[in-house]
Parts: sequence; structure tokens; C-alpha cells
Amino acid sequence: MPHLTRARLDLGDLLCEIAAPERGGVASFLGLVRDHHEGRGVQGIEYSAYEPMAESLCEAIVTEAQARWPVRVALRHRLGELVVGDTAVAVAVAGPHRDEAFAACRYVIEELKRRVPIWKRERYADGTEQWVDPTREARSERVEGRGSLR
Amino acid sequence: MPAVLTVRLFARYADLFGADRLEIPAEGIETVRDLLARIRALPGGAAVAATALVAVNLTQARGDAAVSPRDEVALLPPLAGG
Repeated sequence: MPHLTRARLDLGDLLCEIAAPERGGVASFLGLVRDHHEGRGVQGIEYSAYEPMAESLCEAIVTEAQARWPVRVALRHRLGELVVGDTAVAVAVAGPHRDEAFAACRYVIEELKRRVPIWKRERYADGTEQWVDPTREARSERVEGRGSLR
Repeated sequence: MPAVLTVRLFARYADLFGADRLEIPAEGIETVRDLLARIRALPGGAAVAATALVAVNLTQARGDAAVSPRDEVALLPPLAGG
């Protein structure tokens, strides 16, 4: 299955892909479009990707997790126009026990955010739009942090 | 015909240059660092971070990595998946 899709994400589909009688511990993570960001009202998000690179990195991350823990992983990220409440990313992990399932699930979502070339443009309630830049947000949070120490 | 590097653009950088790719004369460009310096000297290019991510053949490349017109090169804005 491709990891990038323009179709609606359904956690049930992912769970079916990884289910097996010996895998009794299942963990999942869903990332939904939220209605606010940095104090502004958000109406929707447009996701885009460098698709061949993003596909290959998603596959690499899934393979890494399955090599590190005795689990099966399903990972899907949505592209295109999403509205508040839509699922943008879904991770499901099944293993023999909960520890491996939670650890692998956390690994997959964190590595996806860190390495996979996907971008989002937020549409705000006031009609404006903006590309989201997590590196800029991290910098401004650090600046605010220093300010509070004075 | 002089050799040309094609650089794919995405998201913020596609908006910045009003295109989904740049065609850059390859002469004098040997590394990712050379390429970034050339892009940043273009009109509007100063908005590209000196440390911007560059992918060569679908893999993130360091500043000293080699680039040539045969490679698939892409300039990647800060990642924001999830």
C-alpha cells in the first residue's frame, strides 16, 4: 500500500492490515486537523509532499521500526485539502505486547515529522493562508523562554 | 548547450519563485553548498535559508555533497508533516 493518499483515512483499515493471532498488543496514533494554531482560528489545511521521496522515507521508517521491535506497522499520511477534524496521519502498530507497540508507534510518528518531506498550508478563519514552519515556531518558543527568565 | 541543473521546488519555495522548478546554469556549481549560494543570489532568493534542506536523488544531502545535471535535485522548505 502507498503511504501517501488523497483518500479519507480509516484506522480500521490499518488495523486489519497488521492484525495476527500472535499480536495481542495494538497501539495507534491519529493526527487530526485542529481548529487553532498559535492563537489563530484554523479552517483547514492543504498538505503536499515531494511524493517519491516521502514514499520512500515512510517505507524506510516502517522497515526500521519492524527491525527494531517485533511488530507490524501500518502508516498512512493524507495529502490535499483537509478540514478541521479530518485525520491527516495514522499509525497503527501490532506486536506481542504493549511495550513494543507503544514504543514503535511513537518512533514512527516522531521520525515521520522529523524526516519526511511533507508540508502544510493552513487556511485561517480570516481568509488568509500560511505555510507552517515548525523551525520558526521552535525559535520563537526559545526566545519567549529566555524572556521569562529575566 | 551549457549544462543546466534542474531544482524542484515545493510549498513555500514554489510560491517564492512562482514556479515548481528552477533551471540553473551548472557552471561553477560542484556541491550542494555552491547550489544554495547561487539560489540565494537569485531575485527573492534571500528568503531561502542558508541551511535549507536539499535532496539529491531522493536523499537529504549535506553541504559538501556533489551535485551534477544528471541528479534529481530538490529544495525542501522546513518539513511540516503530521
